[in-house]
Amino acid sequence: MIANLIDYLKERLRLVILFCYVGVAAIVVWSLTVDTHHAHTWAEKAIPAFWGLFGFCACIVIIFFARWFGKSGIKIREDYYDK
Amino acid sequence: MTSSFIHPSLIMILGACILPFFKEPFRKPYLVLVPVLAFLDVLYLSGHAGTYGVFQFMQWKLTFGRVDSYSMIFGFIMALMAIIGTIYGLHVKDDWQHIAAWFYVAGSLGVIYCADYLVLFLFWEMMAFASTFLVWFNKDAGSLAAGYRYLLVHTFGGVVLLIGFVLRYQATGDLSFVQLDVHNPQFYTWLIMAGLMLNAAVPPLHSWLPDAYSKATVTGAVFMCAFTTKTAIYTLIRACSGFEVLIVLGVVMAIYGIVYAAMENDVRKLLGWEIISQVGYMVAGVGIGTSLAINGACAHAFAHILYKGLLFMGAGSIIHMTGRCKFTELGGLYKKMPNTLLFTLIGGISVSAFPLLSGFVSKSMIIAASFESHILWAGFLLSVVSAGTFLVAGLRLPYLLFFGESRCPAESFEKAEDPPWNMQMAMLIAAFFCIVIGSYLPFLYDMLPNKDVTFDPYTAYHMSETLQILAFTALGFFFFRKWTAAEATISLDLDWFYRKGGQAFLWLAQKPLQWADTAWGMAYRVVGMNILMTTAKFWSWFDWHGIDGVVDGTARCVRAIGRRVALTLQRGQIQQTIYYTVSFAAIILFAYVWL
Repeated sequence: MIANLIDYLKERLRLVILFCYVGVAAIVVWSLTVDTHHAHTWAEKAIPAFWGLFGFCACIVIIFFARWFGKSGIKIREDYYDK
Repeated sequence: MTSSFIHPSLIMILGACILPFFKEPFRKPYLVLVPVLAFLDVLYLSGHAGTYGVFQFMQWKLTFGRVDSYSMIFGFIMALMAIIGTIYGLHVKDDWQHIAAWFYVAGSLGVIYCADYLVLFLFWEMMAFASTFLVWFNKDAGSLAAGYRYLLVHTFGGVVLLIGFVLRYQATGDLSFVQLDVHNPQFYTWLIMAGLMLNAAVPPLHSWLPDAYSKATVTGAVFMCAFTTKTAIYTLIRACSGFEVLIVLGVVMAIYGIVYAAMENDVRKLLGWEIISQVGYMVAGVGIGTSLAINGACAHAFAHILYKGLLFMGAGSIIHMTGRCKFTELGGLYKKMPNTLLFTLIGGISVSAFPLLSGFVSKSMIIAASFESHILWAGFLLSVVSAGTFLVAGLRLPYLLFFGESRCPAESFEKAEDPPWNMQMAMLIAAFFCIVIGSYLPFLYDMLPNKDVTFDPYTAYHMSETLQILAFTALGFFFFRKWTAAEATISLDLDWFYRKGGQAFLWLAQKPLQWADTAWGMAYRVVGMNILMTTAKFWSWFDWHGIDGVVDGTARCVRAIGRRVALTLQRGQIQQTIYYTVSFAAIILFAYVWL
């Protein structure tokens, strides 16, 4: 059943992606209406969709830092300790 | 011991000792019964706070049963996880694996209920030794060595802890396991903290975790991911709350873990790095030390045990069914293992703090506590790690295992299917609790130790904050997912020092030391033997001609004299013999009278 559902969605991948974009946009729009007096800092009040930008930047920083860090010599062949 | 107090560890230990006597069809019910009894015991104790099991041992007072709000919540989750883990391993026929796991659980429960360092140390070491067997029972290449590394590191940690509390005892005469003095830390304070931190995998004492957990048996890893680090968090909460250095270490740990998890190719190593990252939140919470932060650390440990157990069970199912553990040899499994996909996804989005799931109501408490305490840098960095957690455990992990193209060798892919019923049942129970914790707040929040603070995660602002982070992290992953692809590599970490150090020692032993030993042997044979032989020959000659010459010569001399005397004096003529005898007697008489 789960496999069939996933196959069904994969066949309509463009539509699924479109729905996801709409979902992201809806979250941003909703976030603009939320009362920000619980915010921790001024930046969250001043910048619209602050946490969205924050999350996106954090994600990119982690992906590319991990990639750079790995390439800098941390990632090494699997039998490194065996030979 | 008070009659109403039965230590839950005792149930696990006795249960383990008589397990070999049970045969099917009674064995499986018995396997479930023992952890259920321990769980019921924990529930009973939770209603009877107090101090039990106090013994006098020489001049020390040993306390086995301190039942208070801290030990209640940790005892509850450990006993619950023991049931789930045992059900997950119900198909395992080797009794020793169950015995090791139960002793491990007993060690953890013993640490949780103890109130002095001697008892703590006893159970601490029981945990270390029992869990080592969970690594050793795995027959894969590298497990034996990984087990030895794990044992050596934990023995080192145990010794540091031992030195710490012995020095404290020497200085204060106190062995009780209570909060250490934050304002006036001594050398022993840092030693005790370091010993406890090693088990919590706080950098730089963390490398043992992904190393050992990825090499343990499928069922053993499910136990290990729950007990060691969270028991250590419990001890840190009890002894070290409010030490600000823990905030820094916790945040470093959270970031360090997530970066390594993003690079990892082994599914259980990725989850191991993720543990380090999540335990980082708890360590930071302990460091902040406010009521909310401590509640957050307890809540997050509670939630973490369930969702991380669930993720390890999902990963274990895949390893059990396909025999593969690397992302480069997996992928596209959703068709073959749909139920495992569902459970792994629930674990993945729980750790990612999706609303209505367990991580959301626990992790946010620690982040909120850091903002409330005006430690903004910690709050923001932990929020970065939240995004990273979703990236790694909620997106990268399921994507590489279940979606994308299959990199599975054909025979592994063909035989893949959902695991046996007991493994699915255990995952179902853990998934159920992940949802209950997130959706029904009183279940977890009523157990938290500090009742003076309240926290509501479901405010509109917090919901919007979380949903934005999650949505945009997903967007980032969607755009840049090919940069997170798995590569057939391992990642160098601080274990390099002792692994390469060990190899250097081995080289030193094999090459220079062995060479010196061989050279000495040769020199001895060439020079020493000759000298020895020459000396021996000399002494042999000396013995023959010198010592024997003197001794034998004396004997020969005496014999010769005797023969001459006999020839001269005893010629057989009686009158001569009488003459000599009388003359001799007269001389003696004369000498006697006149001299």
